[in-house]
Amino acid sequence: MTNTHSKKFPPLSVNNLSMRYHHKPVLTDVSFEIPEGKTIAIVGPNGAGKSTLLKGIMGLEPIMDGEARFFGEPLTHKRLAIAYVPQREEIDWDFPINVFDVVLMGRHGQLKLWQRPSAIDREIAQHALEDLGMWDYKDRQISELSGGQQQRVFLARALAQKASLYLMDEPFAGVDVSTEKTIIELFKTLKAQGKTIICVHHDLNTVGEYFDWIIFINARLIAAGPVHTVLTKENLNKTYGGRLSLLNDLTETMYRTQLNKAHDQE
Amino acid sequence: MINDIWILATASLVAAACALVGVFLILRRQALMGDAISHSVLLGIVLAYLITDSRALPIMLGGAVIIGLLTAWLSDTLNRVGKLQNDASIGIVFTLFFAIGVILVSLYAGQIDLDQECVLYGEIAFIPFDTLHIGGGKNLDDGFEIGPRAFWAIAVVFIIVLISIIVAFNRLQTVAFHPKLALSLGINIVFWHYFLMTLVSMTTVASFDAVGAILVVALLVIPASSAYLIAKSLKAMLWSAVAYSQASVAIGYTLAYQLDSSISASIAVSAGILLCLTVALLEIKKQRQRATATAQ
Repeated sequence: MTNTHSKKFPPLSVNNLSMRYHHKPVLTDVSFEIPEGKTIAIVGPNGAGKSTLLKGIMGLEPIMDGEARFFGEPLTHKRLAIAYVPQREEIDWDFPINVFDVVLMGRHGQLKLWQRPSAIDREIAQHALEDLGMWDYKDRQISELSGGQQQRVFLARALAQKASLYLMDEPFAGVDVSTEKTIIELFKTLKAQGKTIICVHHDLNTVGEYFDWIIFINARLIAAGPVHTVLTKENLNKTYGGRLSLLNDLTETMYRTQLNKAHDQE
Repeated sequence: MINDIWILATASLVAAACALVGVFLILRRQALMGDAISHSVLLGIVLAYLITDSRALPIMLGGAVIIGLLTAWLSDTLNRVGKLQNDASIGIVFTLFFAIGVILVSLYAGQIDLDQECVLYGEIAFIPFDTLHIGGGKNLDDGFEIGPRAFWAIAVVFIIVLISIIVAFNRLQTVAFHPKLALSLGINIVFWHYFLMTLVSMTTVASFDAVGAILVVALLVIPASSAYLIAKSLKAMLWSAVAYSQASVAIGYTLAYQLDSSISASIAVSAGILLCLTVALLEIKKQRQRATATAQ
């Protein structure tokens, strides 16, 4: 990054962001700027504040200090240009709603209170579902879907919002192989349209393959930059405190299998 | 005979309005808040009456809404600032408000035609004796009688609830489904929370004469819960909650007639029986599906 003033503002710049949870500091003085049209991973150990960072940026959790700017403007001016995909566990899957209505929610931000989704809105939602291979499931209640299918529905919802910046909280957690491939394809399509994607990501094995950029977080910013410059042993050690051992991988795997089990049982 | 029709019509509107509002309480996991507001509105009614010396519907609704919103806000504040658990905060605030209401009722019993039993249980069988008149001025028996006060109170509130849900359907759905997602779409979730609390306050106060503070909770929670078990969309849940509530009224009224007992209690019991039947039927269906799955 050069200091010369570029004509285009970055899709997201975070300046001196600090956040607390129950009076304990979770994130301290985090600053970074990301380039447009890339896939960016937020990486760090459990409890490092990755999801919190995403929520702080989206204004879903209170920020103690600092700010996030989108295309050079505050969130309130750019809200609909940013699509948020929450973590799968945070969603009430027993809610009486079908797949198509969830995806249509992506259009609600554009609608006035009394307006109903138009034919165009429905068409956009249909395309989004088709892109994720979920059109055949449009009338299913969301509890009747597998974990991977649920994730696809939420990605379709974000897609239907026609945003420029996508913030996703662990889209790859607990999904099947074919969904993983679908998400990768989706990333490629979005990138080709010049859109930017930021994901909280858990899997260090795939981070270099799936993403162009990495932001290493552990309560503070450790490093941020293109994969080939920041994905180094030194940064990994700094982020994971030298504990990047078998134990850590094991807990991750256990966490994932438990997640899968829980969703299979539902 | 005409009295029976008024009673049935009032009960049916009370049940329908409660069912519609109850759906959103259940989906937002705020059933306890419904319980809380249904009790604390008593204070609203009594204060409104003592201050204005009037029992006009807008004044009663206003008093109830103010106290209802205050209950929601105070519980939330106690939860955030006092670091008390959410359900504990709600329990503290509404019992306090209700207790103050009860004290005021007993202090001014001569002035208010509310007695403590009526506040708790309501008595729908008496509603035809308290009628509204148009024209005729101060003397109650002058003018043209248009039916029981309680009927018109709940009719007005039912229409308000219905219009709100029809107009704001998408917003209410998104906010109930995932508040943070709604927030990320720029929807003001705090506004919609208090909007729903306003509807709950109005519904409970209009249901007060008919079913009282305790049984209104049954009508808020039970039909909506039964509907939650079977519905696959929000629209279906709203329709089936209303269907359950109307079935409860029909069965409850017949039951009360046969047993010569309290109408509102019978309606609440019927709602409970219908819920149990639904649970049992769903369980049988599940067992059968499992049986056919293993047989194949």
